[in-house]
Amino acid sequence: MTLRDFIDKLLGRQPASAGMARERLQLVLAHDRSDLNPELLEQMRREILEVVSRYVEIDLEEGDVSLETEDRVTALVANLPIKRARPNPPPPGADPTMATV
Amino acid sequence: MGAIIWGTSGKHVTSAQNRTILICSGKGGVGKTTLTANLGIALAKQGARTAVLDADFGLRNLDLLLGLENRIVYTAQEVLSGSCRLEQALVKHKQEPNLSLLPAGNPRMLEWLTPDDMKKIAGLLAEQFDYVLIDCPAGIEDGFKNAAAACREAIVVTTPEVSAVRDADRVIGLLQTREIEPIQLVLNRVRPRMMANQEMLSVSDVTDILALPLLGLVLEDDQVIISTNRGEPLTLNGSRSPAGQAYTNVARRLRGEEVPLADPTKEGRGLRAKLGRLMHTKIF
Ligand SMILES: Nc1ncnc2c1ncn2[C@@H]1O[C@H](COP(=O)(O)OP(=O)(O)OP(=O)(O)O)[C@@H](O)[C@H]1O
Ligand SMILES: [Mg+2]
Repeated sequence: MTLRDFIDKLLGRQPASAGMARERLQLVLAHDRSDLNPELLEQMRREILEVVSRYVEIDLEEGDVSLETEDRVTALVANLPIKRARPNPPPPGADPTMATV
Repeated sequence: MGAIIWGTSGKHVTSAQNRTILICSGKGGVGKTTLTANLGIALAKQGARTAVLDADFGLRNLDLLLGLENRIVYTAQEVLSGSCRLEQALVKHKQEPNLSLLPAGNPRMLEWLTPDDMKKIAGLLAEQFDYVLIDCPAGIEDGFKNAAAACREAIVVTTPEVSAVRDADRVIGLLQTREIEPIQLVLNRVRPRMMANQEMLSVSDVTDILALPLLGLVLEDDQVIISTNRGEPLTLNGSRSPAGQAYTNVARRLRGEEVPLADPTKEGRGLRAKLGRLMHTKIF
């Protein structure tokens, strides 16, 4: 936050638009560059959460999978707070589709 | 029987240090043609043999910006079909004879022109000129693909606006997959006052997002429109206007000279500029 943003907030003014432009661009470019539309990303997010939660109990409210981009490199960033390990994770080699979530 | 001497492996023999540069943007109307005209004249004035090629066959304008619209006899089209020689189609600038224009042909050329045709034209120009600047049409369709096929390096023009930066990003991705190198950025229509007030993307916002080296910064400048009206690029008569100087500096940097880039919002020493800087400071 810059001093300008702070003063704007204090006075209840609209924040300067350059910051919004930057944030909106970063988001839209992360999607443009990866060629993933929001729908596909949402599907991937659900499946990732599903796989991870077979092994550990995660906080689904706090969990977040998103695209971030820096220096023209886009990364898939998952931030999944773990509540606890599952008492009986699927044994190695088990058919993953059999596990219940 | 005498020996037949071929050029190097049948390819075009290029002028020793020829640089063929695509001037593109994705989004329309951001200043490609203005840059091509001004940069072409500036390079020529600095002693480089320079050709500018109008690859915007649909909406040609480069002739008009250079004030050469009444001197066109033949175009790239006649050169390609073999009905005239390259020398006959090139329009040499009277005041700056180091600069020549190869005009765009009829818009119907778009129907049959291929990337190989563009390569052929660029190859012919590369034999005679140190710099070949190709004014690319807007968009990322055939016109862009044809022009890109003929180039080894590129200058991407953008303005500090979300749509222009987004489109520039698309174009940069396409240029990179074609292994065009280097790709440099010119940021046009910069308004220092708006930037200082954080109502316009800053220079570092744009360069960080696009991750390209910055070749030049051109301020929003009424003189650009005035010089376009006259058909005399700002660089032709050494205009001291901000945009004129910026275009001259782009030419110098392109030729390898170190010319510092000033942050437009940090120029002033007055109270307003200081206040602007203070407001920019990150506090947390
Ligand atoms: N730095 C500037 N200051 C003020 N006006 C400018 C500046 N740069 C460009 N312009 C104006 O913007 C308009 C578009 O410029 P130009 O034709 O060079 O863009 P372009 O990218 O070639 O457009 P197109 O995509 O249609 O080919 C022109 O009217 C030009 O005079
Ligand atoms: Mg143009």
